[in-house]
Amino acid sequence: MVMRKLKEFVVEKLILICGLASIFFVVLIFLFLTKEGLAVFKSVRPADFMFGRSWYPISEPAQLGILPLIFGSLIVTLGAAIISIPIGVGCAVYIAEIAPLKIKEVLKAGIELLAAIPSVVLGFIGMVTLVPWVKSTFNLPTGLTALSGSIILAFMAMPTIVSVAEDALYSVPKSYKEGAFALGATHWQTIHRVLLPAASSGIVAAVMLGIGRVIGETMAVMMITGNAAVIPQSILVPVRTLTATIAAEMGEAVVGSEHYFALFAIGIVLFTMSFIINVTADLFLHNKRR
Amino acid sequence: MRNTKRSQKIAFFLLFLATLLIVLPVGMIVVIIVQKGLPAINWQFLSDIPRQGMRAGGIFPAIIGTLYLVVGAIIFALPIGLLAAVYLSEYAKDNVLNRVIKLAIVNLSGVPSVVYGLFGLALFVVFLKFGASILSGSLTLGIMILPIIITTSREALESVPQSFREVSLSLGASKWQTIRHIVLPNAIPGILTGTILGLGRAAGETAPILFTVAAFYLPQLPKSIFDQAMALPYHLYVISTQVPNVDEKVRYGTALVLLFLVLMMNLVAIIIRYNFRKKKKW
Amino acid sequence: MVKFNAKNLNIWFGQIQALKGVSIEIQANEILSVIGPSNSGKTSFLRILNRLNDLHPGFKMTGLLEYDKTDIRKLDVEVLRKRVGMVFALPLPLPLSIFDNVAYGVKMHGERSRQKIAAIVERSLRQAYIWDEIKDRLNVSAFKLSGGQQQRLCIARTLAVEPDVILFDEPCSGLDPISTAKIEEAMLKLKKDYTLVLVTNNVKQAARVGDRTAFFLSGELVELDRTERIFTAPADQRTDDYIRGKFG
Repeated sequence: MVMRKLKEFVVEKLILICGLASIFFVVLIFLFLTKEGLAVFKSVRPADFMFGRSWYPISEPAQLGILPLIFGSLIVTLGAAIISIPIGVGCAVYIAEIAPLKIKEVLKAGIELLAAIPSVVLGFIGMVTLVPWVKSTFNLPTGLTALSGSIILAFMAMPTIVSVAEDALYSVPKSYKEGAFALGATHWQTIHRVLLPAASSGIVAAVMLGIGRVIGETMAVMMITGNAAVIPQSILVPVRTLTATIAAEMGEAVVGSEHYFALFAIGIVLFTMSFIINVTADLFLHNKRR
Repeated sequence: MRNTKRSQKIAFFLLFLATLLIVLPVGMIVVIIVQKGLPAINWQFLSDIPRQGMRAGGIFPAIIGTLYLVVGAIIFALPIGLLAAVYLSEYAKDNVLNRVIKLAIVNLSGVPSVVYGLFGLALFVVFLKFGASILSGSLTLGIMILPIIITTSREALESVPQSFREVSLSLGASKWQTIRHIVLPNAIPGILTGTILGLGRAAGETAPILFTVAAFYLPQLPKSIFDQAMALPYHLYVISTQVPNVDEKVRYGTALVLLFLVLMMNLVAIIIRYNFRKKKKW
Repeated sequence: MVKFNAKNLNIWFGQIQALKGVSIEIQANEILSVIGPSNSGKTSFLRILNRLNDLHPGFKMTGLLEYDKTDIRKLDVEVLRKRVGMVFALPLPLPLSIFDNVAYGVKMHGERSRQKIAAIVERSLRQAYIWDEIKDRLNVSAFKLSGGQQQRLCIARTLAVEPDVILFDEPCSGLDPISTAKIEEAMLKLKKDYTLVLVTNNVKQAARVGDRTAFFLSGELVELDRTERIFTAPADQRTDDYIRGKFG
């Protein structure tokens, strides 16, 4: 009995510690990013880092302005959002409201399948199919463009958008829908006048989480956007994103060099962005429940 | 009236179109990879080391490396994730701490994979001096899949009816006995599903292992957890972009093996979940 | 002998007060029926006796509650719950075999010997008048039994840990008349060795099995007396109205 109590005391303390593990790891990630990343500001002013227009990390002296990278990420993300939001929300509505039960299961399995495909595989498929298509359709010198990245990334955002938006639609009380039907509204009128507004905060969260996924995506984007660190003038030119910069250059950066610190500083920027997006999306989801 | 009917028809058609625009490409991706990758698959491809600068031979070290990494990640993440889920489902009270933990989990799942790579580099490779090794890579992947395991396990635990807990406690069993003998056994299928989904995710990720473990070309098997290793997703990246003139067949074959591995895990998870729902006793 | 002694008990769930100044003594080897409309506090009363309300976040209690002359808050909660067993409103078998359901509590209290456990299981199932019906299929899932059998299995499960008091929370609410009769019969026989508290919505059931009957209304104990008196000459008008079916 005493032994049992002692054992249970230890187990319950262990459970508490593990319960706190996620906080611990978030803090740890932040600490190590700042520990390495903030060192870059010894040689570059923060404003020059954020708004500098040229990224030449290995020239002498190094030029560490990440504005082109930010623009690269933004244009690719914007493109992906324009493609994935209407398609993703539309698909969510179709699955939640219109598809017959059996087809619904097949569609959901298809979406899960898409979510499961590793990004490097999507990047590879993009390289061998999409990139040549973009090149010939728009008659470009290279198909490795922001547009190609946007299209592939849209497919990475869609599973998130579809599943979160679908949940939001399901969580609208049945009575809303029945009320609308009782007033003689058609199914479509009910969907766009009653269901969509009622589910709006969940759908906003879905879109934000999808965009969060896109901004953080690395491999596919590195493989098909051409990686040119210049501020893009159109969507049909090569760009380089924040994530791809880290992935492509960290291998060559010497530990403890200015370049190494700068890449960690980019990591801080990404971490902060994803933090803001996720907290806001969570607020929207929470709002929905209330 | 005819107008509203017609606008409904158009709207539904567009929604259907949107769905097709997602599902068809997914199907095409899978079909293309299978069709073009299958001719590359033979015993030698699966069991041999890469040869001629990765243009020929097999991908065996990459398969083994990925298995090591995935197993390592799960050894680290499953106990912590499971106990964290037990905490959230059985012990946490509705207070600020609980809210902060949930927020931390949401954030952990949203951190870009390449940032996990940076973190693993700074903490495990450099600070703890594990070097680029299976250990560093596994730990990095383990932290990355922690939120998946916590979230799915927690759902599984919470789906065990409260009445079972009350019955067990009313018989004089302690809280931990109740968790150990009633709650956990009935949540196992859900926990398993989450674990396998985590495995699948760990197997497919590239960015977190770029600087923590992955070897560009290492035609031998790792001997200890402090060795570097090849890994399937990184290998696919390397032969797709870094090595010129690789036969298309080899690339598609590698993509197929990776895709097969990941999809199998997901399929197993889906089957477990489906069977569990069908057999559910309460 | 007094089993439970409550003095001026008040309990709250968050802002809502569920019991107001309840004082009551429960005698050993009696069946105390507790009646009242829904939300009268009768189930909350039952669930403080084995401290099951503690699971509810926001639960608060003031006043005195003694079990065998000891404040229940000073007792180890697991010991208290072993001594004060409970049968729930719906049959709630654990997702285990029939045998393991009955053996569960015994094992949790540290019994290892298979022989002893098997003997306890048989004895308990006999006490709950279900042994003969199920002795050939002890290893099938408890969910395979009918509702009435499941409820008697739950009674056996409670008996297996050798309690002193058994709390019944509307134990026949989902059962047919024959199953109900079997359970009432079991209760009357159990009285010899145990103290029974029966919360029920069924006024007739209270009259059939209770030695004494307590009537709760809006969290207050309105009246407590010998069952015949409550049903023939209640002191309070509200009791009279309730048992005549004027409300509730």
